[in-house]
Amino acid sequence: MASLWFWIVAVMITTYVVLDGFDLGAGAIYLIAAKTNDERRRVLRAIGPVWDGNEVWLLAAGGTLYFAFPQLYASSFSGFYLPLTIVLWLLILRGIGIEFRAHIENPVWQNFFDVVFSVSSILLAVFFGAALGNVVRGVPLDSSGYFFEPLWTNFKLSPQTGILDWYTVLTGVIALVTLTAHGSYYVALKTDGDLGRRARGFALLCWPLQFFLTCISMVATYFIRPEIMANYGKYPVGILVPIVVAASLAVMLWANPKGKEKLAFVASSLYITAMLVGAAFALYPVVLPARDHQYNLTIYNTAAGSHGLSVGLVWWTFAAVLAVAYFVFVYRKFRGKVQLGEGHY
Amino acid sequence: MDSALFVHRLHFAFTATFHYLFPQLTMGLALLIVVLKTIGLRRSDPVYHEAARFWGRIFGINFVLGVVTGIPMEFQFGTNWSHFSRFAGGVIGQTLAMEGMFAFFLESAFLGLFLYGEKRLSPRAHWLSAVAVFVGSWLSGYFIIATDAFMQHPVGYFTARDGSLQLASFWDFVLNPWAGWQYAHNMSGAAITGAFIVTSVGAFYLLSGKWTAHARIYVKVGVIAGCVFSVLQIFPTGDGQGKMVADLQPVTLAAMEGLFQGQSGAPLVIVGQPNEQQGKIDNPIEVPKMLSMLTYKRWNANVRGLDAFPKQDWPGNIPLLYYSYHIMVGLGTFFVAVMVVALFLLWRGTLFNARWMLWILMLAAPFPYIANTAGWMTAELGRQPWLVYGLMRTEAGYSTLVSAGNGMFTLLGFMGIYMVLGILGLFLIRREIENGPVAGNESVSNRHPATEAK
Repeated sequence: MASLWFWIVAVMITTYVVLDGFDLGAGAIYLIAAKTNDERRRVLRAIGPVWDGNEVWLLAAGGTLYFAFPQLYASSFSGFYLPLTIVLWLLILRGIGIEFRAHIENPVWQNFFDVVFSVSSILLAVFFGAALGNVVRGVPLDSSGYFFEPLWTNFKLSPQTGILDWYTVLTGVIALVTLTAHGSYYVALKTDGDLGRRARGFALLCWPLQFFLTCISMVATYFIRPEIMANYGKYPVGILVPIVVAASLAVMLWANPKGKEKLAFVASSLYITAMLVGAAFALYPVVLPARDHQYNLTIYNTAAGSHGLSVGLVWWTFAAVLAVAYFVFVYRKFRGKVQLGEGHY
Repeated sequence: MDSALFVHRLHFAFTATFHYLFPQLTMGLALLIVVLKTIGLRRSDPVYHEAARFWGRIFGINFVLGVVTGIPMEFQFGTNWSHFSRFAGGVIGQTLAMEGMFAFFLESAFLGLFLYGEKRLSPRAHWLSAVAVFVGSWLSGYFIIATDAFMQHPVGYFTARDGSLQLASFWDFVLNPWAGWQYAHNMSGAAITGAFIVTSVGAFYLLSGKWTAHARIYVKVGVIAGCVFSVLQIFPTGDGQGKMVADLQPVTLAAMEGLFQGQSGAPLVIVGQPNEQQGKIDNPIEVPKMLSMLTYKRWNANVRGLDAFPKQDWPGNIPLLYYSYHIMVGLGTFFVAVMVVALFLLWRGTLFNARWMLWILMLAAPFPYIANTAGWMTAELGRQPWLVYGLMRTEAGYSTLVSAGNGMFTLLGFMGIYMVLGILGLFLIRREIENGPVAGNESVSNRHPATEAK
């Protein structure tokens, strides 16, 4: 039962990253790719009706994590106190950047919110990547099951690690590049003209970086955490992960110049999914590794009681079906290239 | 008080209080927007649709602020209150996760459609999206109330071997009797905020002689809703909630009422300052025997005072609890008085010309916010010194590894950001009110402000 919830939470987090990832990425290229006010409004119109729903996946994933693994939630959220609070501030700034810009037709007002939106999007991508890096690298948990990490110590993998060290900065950069590419494909898919062309150019620029960093990250991860390979030996199905990663990178390289934006976007989504599922697969059944392995938090020592988990499965399934139905409905209503002149933004 | 404990409590109190300024209007307006859309659809009256669109715009601004200040609430259960989460997460995780899965998805998906999709939808589908937003926001309210109800009156749990609480009965937990009254009382409070805000803007337009056709609708709908919910707020919801407190948290009732000594035929204190040192109320104005009557329906019933309970179980801040409660009740009475008079004038057909009453209705807008905040302070201060009533004390629940310094850092950060949010929100809503109900190219009626004002 706990294993099932492990995968449910992993899939929800992945869904969040794939969905909110494209609007974070759109934010990252926003200032440069969209030059005129019209272009900026088109980017915002492309993400406007969906960004809030995408962000709800973060809340729902967080809520589900809290419900299924309360001890993990308690340890990790208090241990990552500072970066999570900064993430909250960035989410706040980004939300009002998107929503409040359109209220006043004044270039000073709009430029201000443009910068707020874009900078907070970039920093969020980096922080999310660094967060994943922290989870893979392990944190200084002790016998109490708690830890506290400062933002940084000496950027080395010392026993008292900080949130940022060379490894987590690396994963932060990978996340930024990946989501920038992801957002670029989305903007290319949803807009045309100069804006669409520039977005495609961004994606083209990101590809070699993405390829190069993917290779480095695999080596680096193996270097700091050799046991990461154990599950791949144990369950051969894991071989799918590197195959999907490689294949989706190849499809992105091929599809983007040909103007097949939809295919490129799907490939990018698959790439993100494979990377995250690969990380979850490597960690399982650990949910938060400790620097000292005897204090690892696993699905077994953090899960809620079994009755609660079984009951949850009933309502969760019901709610998830409903949620997917809403999403399909909304995306269908707002499908196609965006036009100006209707509604907000 | 331990300084880290104090910082973490203030952290949650500040962010929760600020956050709840927005959802109360969201939930109240969602209901009134459904009312406006329904009337518009049934009578095919474009003014009602315009009214729904106008309040939709204000709803949108308010909703964004509610969302961005709401995300920190969920996070803080882990960041600032990790021992509490470890202790109670096995139970309250249910409702917190359900809020995300059932309410937030529904609300966010259909809000986009409601605000930006009117041209892509049929009138009926657009009405349905308004209903979905209403249902989502009111569901969200229930899940949060059910979570709080567990902290006030834990039911449906068992204590596991590691000392944590785990779910024993889903339905006992979700249908906590405490949650029933608290939900009704709280939602009625949110509807009051919505009704007073809508009325206030209508009164402002009428007094300024602008947009009078819209303004009449706002005042009419607002006063009728305001009257219904102000009365419901006191009876039966407030009364039911009060009896529940008397039953399950008698020490809280004693502190709320400032009843230091238990007595039969206990008086109801209307005004007065609690004096903890001497165990009495200074400068009291009391109604004799009224507290006994209200609580037990008998004039001479014995009401237990604070002296009946060990001091360590008294709520920590009795004066603040006492004032919160009295401010809430005082304002609640004021709402009934204002709205009943307004409804009477509306019925007689003189309300729109009764400028004195319009002034009162316009200026009353901030008071529901104060009353709702005071009400929540009564509930949460009244629960002290417990975090989960009878099971975990507040001082045992915070994140001990997050130092007071780190807590202060993020608290100050939130204060700064929220100040900016508050100013921006007020500024943008004021602008919408200034621009009026028929904005730009979205006008569907011929009532133009320039012609209407004359």
